[in-house]
Amino acid sequence: MTNSTLINCCIHILLALFMPPLLLGVIGKTKAAFAGRVGAPFLQPYFDIIRLLQKGTVFSTTTSWVFRAGPIVALATAAVAALLIPFGAHPSPISFEGDMILYAYLFALGRFFTMAAALDTGSSFEGMGSAREATYSCLAEPTLFFALITLSRLSGSYSLNGMLSNVSSGAWLYAGASLLLLIGGMFIVLLAENCRIPFDDPNTHLELTMIHEVMVLDHSGPAFAIIQYAASLKLFVLGAFFVQLALPFATGHPYLDWGVFIATMLLLAIVIGIVESVMARLRLVRVPQLLVAATILAAFSTLLVIR
Amino acid sequence: MYSTLQGACVDPALVAISAALVIGCAGIPGLFLRKPGLGQIFSTVATILAALAGLPSSLLLLFSHTTTTYSLDWGLPFGPCELVIDPLSAFFLLPVFLVSAAGSLFAVGYWPSAEHRTTERGLTFFYGLLSSSMAILLMARNGVFFLMVWEIMALSAYFLLVTEHEREDVRRAGTVYLIATHTGTAALFVYFSFLAAQTGSFMLPTAGSLSALSPVAAIIALAAFVGFGAKAGIMPLHIWLPSAHANAPSHVSAVMSGVMLKMGLYGIFRTLTFFHDPPLLWGAVLTVAGIVTALFGIAFAVAQRDLKRLLACSSIENIGIITTGLGVALLGVSSHTLPLVYLGLAGALLHILNHSLFKPLLFFGSGAIIHASGTREMNLMGGLAKGMPRVALFVLVGSVAICGIPPLNGFASEFLLYLGFFRQLTENSLSYLVLLAPLLALVGGLAVVAFSKLYSSVFLGTPRSPGAAHPHEAGLTMQLPLAVLALLCLLIGVVPQVALRLVYPAIASFYPGLASTEYPAEYGSILDKLSLVGVLLLTMAVVITLLWYWRLKKGRVTSAPTWGCGYQRGTARIQYGATAFSEIAVSVFSGIIRQKIRRPAMAGLFPGGSRCVDHPTETLLERIIAPLFTLAGISFAFLRRLQHGLMHVYMMYIFATLFILMLWAH
Repeated sequence: MTNSTLINCCIHILLALFMPPLLLGVIGKTKAAFAGRVGAPFLQPYFDIIRLLQKGTVFSTTTSWVFRAGPIVALATAAVAALLIPFGAHPSPISFEGDMILYAYLFALGRFFTMAAALDTGSSFEGMGSAREATYSCLAEPTLFFALITLSRLSGSYSLNGMLSNVSSGAWLYAGASLLLLIGGMFIVLLAENCRIPFDDPNTHLELTMIHEVMVLDHSGPAFAIIQYAASLKLFVLGAFFVQLALPFATGHPYLDWGVFIATMLLLAIVIGIVESVMARLRLVRVPQLLVAATILAAFSTLLVIR
Repeated sequence: MYSTLQGACVDPALVAISAALVIGCAGIPGLFLRKPGLGQIFSTVATILAALAGLPSSLLLLFSHTTTTYSLDWGLPFGPCELVIDPLSAFFLLPVFLVSAAGSLFAVGYWPSAEHRTTERGLTFFYGLLSSSMAILLMARNGVFFLMVWEIMALSAYFLLVTEHEREDVRRAGTVYLIATHTGTAALFVYFSFLAAQTGSFMLPTAGSLSALSPVAAIIALAAFVGFGAKAGIMPLHIWLPSAHANAPSHVSAVMSGVMLKMGLYGIFRTLTFFHDPPLLWGAVLTVAGIVTALFGIAFAVAQRDLKRLLACSSIENIGIITTGLGVALLGVSSHTLPLVYLGLAGALLHILNHSLFKPLLFFGSGAIIHASGTREMNLMGGLAKGMPRVALFVLVGSVAICGIPPLNGFASEFLLYLGFFRQLTENSLSYLVLLAPLLALVGGLAVVAFSKLYSSVFLGTPRSPGAAHPHEAGLTMQLPLAVLALLCLLIGVVPQVALRLVYPAIASFYPGLASTEYPAEYGSILDKLSLVGVLLLTMAVVITLLWYWRLKKGRVTSAPTWGCGYQRGTARIQYGATAFSEIAVSVFSGIIRQKIRRPAMAGLFPGGSRCVDHPTETLLERIIAPLFTLAGISFAFLRRLQHGLMHVYMMYIFATLFILMLWAH
């Protein structure tokens, strides 16, 4: 391992460790700007996590050890996924043939345990949340695979590094239509998987309509800090995939590329903030329809490149 | 080769055959022993010892890459009765020995002689017979002998299935099974007759000796697909499977689901070795049938509310995944795409091994659950994890494994299949196969719905009925098989490259063209990295746990009731139950899954008490097959006159048939 790859690897890990909550801060600030408020500071999510870590914990008397495993597995899977995904033009620390399949399935593992932890409380609200999460993410899964197929076809590579480094201005020239469709599909999946508006409203006051937030109602203190952090890391990891697809800028200079990556991620957060500001949450019956539409968009893009 | 004592080392094939025979005879002493329980313990000890001898010898046979033949002169006019063990047979022998030993041990705690005096003897006897017949079936190379063993297997499974024959649904499930299995056997008669007509003897042909292009070959392949497919549960031949596996005692379900279904797959594997250059159509049919089976199977599983029925439907799904792998491998053979052949076969065979670990694990688990809660209905369970924490852990391992989620074994085999699909993108032919990847992903997503439903409604939350309120941990004899299987699931998941080595000899004997390729090393190294990531994941989970507990110690930890969102009078009944959990998924996939729901009708300003009843329907069985049988029953009613219960007249029928056949032959 050469010196520069070692440094890049360290930057990768440091970014994955410390940057994710900033995205939530930027989203919050954007929404505040749209609403004409000053809004919480950019670093508010960090303060929240630190404050939660210092609090005590309340465990429901109904729960078993499965409840405690939920946050742990959610964070561990997101962290491993962060090591598999390239950040901008820089390759990921871990890469092998077929790692994109592992990337997709890691989220399933995290989801299984988050849902189990929610159902362990015996609360009907949390049951509702996990039933929705199970079905919606099951519908989102094929979209991600169609995206992987299209990228794999365009690059001739079977690992995330190869697939995503190939998406450049050149690919946009000969497969622009296909990539455009893909971006549409993947943006919907990004919002759905991270439970953003229009699928889920993290700030609503009514538990009856929530998905992710209602599943973690009973987690408190450090456990809730882990969940908040894991959720922001998941947004970061899926966002890195999307950003490399939609805004594949590379300067060729290693340090400049890190700057470009950070800038594009912040841009993504602003876009999500704008979407959340101008849209309302969909009715729950509409959610599967939108997810199926995303799958069909991605399937179209696959058909365009596979023919 | 005859039994030779090579130094102190006995021929492993002979050990495997003897082990199979010992397992078959293990239940006989129990039939004559007066004292209850003694026969069961004898049979368990004998079965476990035989399996402990049979497993290593099967492994030796697998890795020796040799074929051992024993010839038995049996004096019947169908040629010699040969028992042959090649690597393909040896590979399928592994789950037979492993699961039958585990099930036999489980039965001691699950179906103790002291409580089930009347049924235990027959159960133990037929259980041994079933296990043994499956082992012998894998060695049989004479078509007639194969059919005989096949029938012993099918019938002993029937007698095991109807153990609780005083219950109406059990009898009904038994009848459906009996009809389905004999429809399959009828197809196998066609299969072996045409095979004998083609080769001139009843011996099964050697690998690659038949041409696949003749019309007879197409009939043979079709008959094999129907006959063996009905046993394996490939759609639309799966109709017997859910009710049969749900109604048998749990350790029998484990053997039926974990091993007996694989006998059908073995038949298809074996048949395909006979032919060289199979047409693309065969692979295409298997692939399409496989993926449809997988998708529909798991969709049915999502809708179930009976614990064991859900597991049975998920068996259909897994058989579908395996068939898909075999189908794409066959497409690879036809199109001379070696990576596809290798990855399809490796995925299919590894999934066979994996499914025979986690499905028995889950069925044993269901046995322990039924023991503790007294019901199979998931809507009535809940909170069992507190009373039986160890079983809860083992079943969790099985549930995660069967969803194909890393770092457990189900992921390793699906990973190989995915790689095979993706690989086709850079091949010039059959690139449409990659569209199987999103379908398999959908299957995986639905599996997560089905198994988080199963796990959470059984083990988590608070008990939904008085029966589930005081669960007791299963006994040691029930826990041990669960622990062994869960450990194997974890082991194969963490070091899949070792399991790949286990599969390789079977692949080489199925398709010798792969023997000189570098694929095993290439994909072995990919799985090496996969295993590293698996270890990384586990390490990370441990580190996070330690950090969290360090933090927890510093803060104040209190316990309180679950947050009820302001409502303080919640009962266990308002929890999300099994049916409620899958309701959204069922409504989204309503094109595939039909569920009859009788909703309460609201009348007046103050509606009184009411019930909502849901019932997942079996579309194919209830809409098409059952009406057809009713129709056949009406139109052939006149034949009922032949059936009058007079034994001597029945014997005359047989004699007359034989006589006419002999006249016809001359």
